[in-house]
Amino acid sequence: MTDQSLPAPGTRPGITDSSEGMAYLDTLPRRLVSVYLPLFVIIIVLMFPFYWMVLTAIKPDEQLIDMDTYNPFFVVSPTLKHINKLLFETQYPLWLWNTMYVSVVATALALFASVLAAYALVRIRFRGAQWVGAAIFLAYLVPPSILFIPLATIIQAYGLFDTPLSLVLVYPTILIPFSTWLLMGYFKTIPYELEECALIDGASRWQILTKIILPLAIPGIISASIFSLTLCWNEFIYALTFLSSTQNKTVPVAIVSEFVDGDIYRWGSLMAGALVGSLPLVILYSFFVEHYVSAMTGAVKE
Amino acid sequence: MTDSTAGRIARGRPSAWDRLRINRNWLGFWFMVPAGIILLAFLAYPLGKGVWLSFTDAKIGRDGTFIGLENYEWLGVPWSSDSDGVFWQSVFNTLVYTGFASVVKFVVGLYLALLLNQNLPFKALIRSIVLIPFVVPTVLSAIAFWWLFDSQFSIISWSLRQMGVIQTNINFLGDPNNARASVIFANIWRGVPFIAITLLAGLQTVSPSLYEAATLDGASKWQIFRHITFPLLTPIIAVVMTFSVLFTFTDFQLIWAMTRGGPVNSTHLMATLSYQRAILAGNLGEGAAIATAMVPFLLFAIMVSWFGLQRRKWQQGGSDD
Repeated sequence: MTDQSLPAPGTRPGITDSSEGMAYLDTLPRRLVSVYLPLFVIIIVLMFPFYWMVLTAIKPDEQLIDMDTYNPFFVVSPTLKHINKLLFETQYPLWLWNTMYVSVVATALALFASVLAAYALVRIRFRGAQWVGAAIFLAYLVPPSILFIPLATIIQAYGLFDTPLSLVLVYPTILIPFSTWLLMGYFKTIPYELEECALIDGASRWQILTKIILPLAIPGIISASIFSLTLCWNEFIYALTFLSSTQNKTVPVAIVSEFVDGDIYRWGSLMAGALVGSLPLVILYSFFVEHYVSAMTGAVKE
Repeated sequence: MTDSTAGRIARGRPSAWDRLRINRNWLGFWFMVPAGIILLAFLAYPLGKGVWLSFTDAKIGRDGTFIGLENYEWLGVPWSSDSDGVFWQSVFNTLVYTGFASVVKFVVGLYLALLLNQNLPFKALIRSIVLIPFVVPTVLSAIAFWWLFDSQFSIISWSLRQMGVIQTNINFLGDPNNARASVIFANIWRGVPFIAITLLAGLQTVSPSLYEAATLDGASKWQIFRHITFPLLTPIIAVVMTFSVLFTFTDFQLIWAMTRGGPVNSTHLMATLSYQRAILAGNLGEGAAIATAMVPFLLFAIMVSWFGLQRRKWQQGGSDD
């Protein structure tokens, strides 16, 4: 037992805040109650819907509705029937392809624009750069919910209605403000001296950007891409408004509109659809989560 | 490089081409072009057009003519007899939804961030688990909640029945207040990880030596939180909560996937109502009016964020660059 007089008696057990530096003052039982237990409860609540999704997707139909013979929290003799049906009897692969295609192309477009914009805002510092930077930040605060009606009329007027191209053009409006903001934080951490050397050696701005800044900013670019992919994958209201034919839909829209019928057994295929639609992102994130946290830290530090 | 551009410029007046290529302002302009075009064409222009549409009687497939404030009157200014009151109900729902969800998300998110900032085993694993609700597309997790809240086969009802707490199944999405609580819960579930991870990023920028100094001075954990962590975290809290409030206020997909505004409009938010009126019923003008009515709230949130950011620069003792 170390010096127990340090934590005052009025300490609230709920709010624990010690950093690594002082954590040795806590004893194990104390940490058990103040850290591990609440953390465990929160994680269970956060994970349960996902667990339930997985479980339902592999549960045979009769176990889904018969909750008395089988314990509903587990599965006996799991089946791939729902997933099989999803992949071979519906247009699900096509929807998945649409989602990926739109996400990847929109992300590429948005990153190209954001890299240039962030570089200009941080390093070229043209007249009015502050105001442009503020405007881009404000653009992030304009939500799709107030834009989808006028955008629908604009998309219609350009003859892009019911095409994936409409989404490819519209999604960057959501992605560019965030990516620019994140990349600006990254670019600021790159020493200006590197650029000065290159300028003296006669490099153009474009050469500086592609040969010096971009290689150094790769972690930031990866984070921005992952975040952008997630946002595209997740986007719903534009896709719901702009796409009408079944074969053009993205996964979120298709799940909501194509699977929802009165069938009592639909839950298995619904959850299978939700699971297969989420897995690519979950896998992507599991590789890059540390990256993401450090990127956010970089952006926060500024 | 004998004939570099800089050399040429030094010798005489730069040509117009050189000026476009070298001048700082023009260079900045060229770099901003791609982002600028996209944002102007698909963000600024629609924003203006939305406001214009709200003053017209446009329908799907038909350009509208200017009709002044009729759409707004129809939505329900008090002196209009036409209104059906649904709009004001949606405003009320939106405020309740945003208020409850944001407060709980903030408290739980901050708490979770503090927990995650501890020295934990399997840190990376725990963090990726916590991020899962944020990573799973909202509509797909909303569908999972729809199933969790099913009136017949809800696992929650089943568990409570087994424990003997209730006799009959809870009608989660069929009863107005239950439905509100259910969608608010789903929203909180979806939003906590983002807030927690962002605040965690903020916490990691706080220097441990501050905590060490405070502990040596005999500060309690609450005092440390109150006088060190919280003030240093205020700027990022301001930003993340602005986003949270903003996106909760304009939420659409969660509601649409779970209840579509029902039962009896009790979960209709302004966004879902405007979709219903504009796209499903075809009254673009009226839907645009509902969407435009959200703008004052957005401006309010932006003001709060703006002052949050000002404070951050001031706190760091630097001017912005």
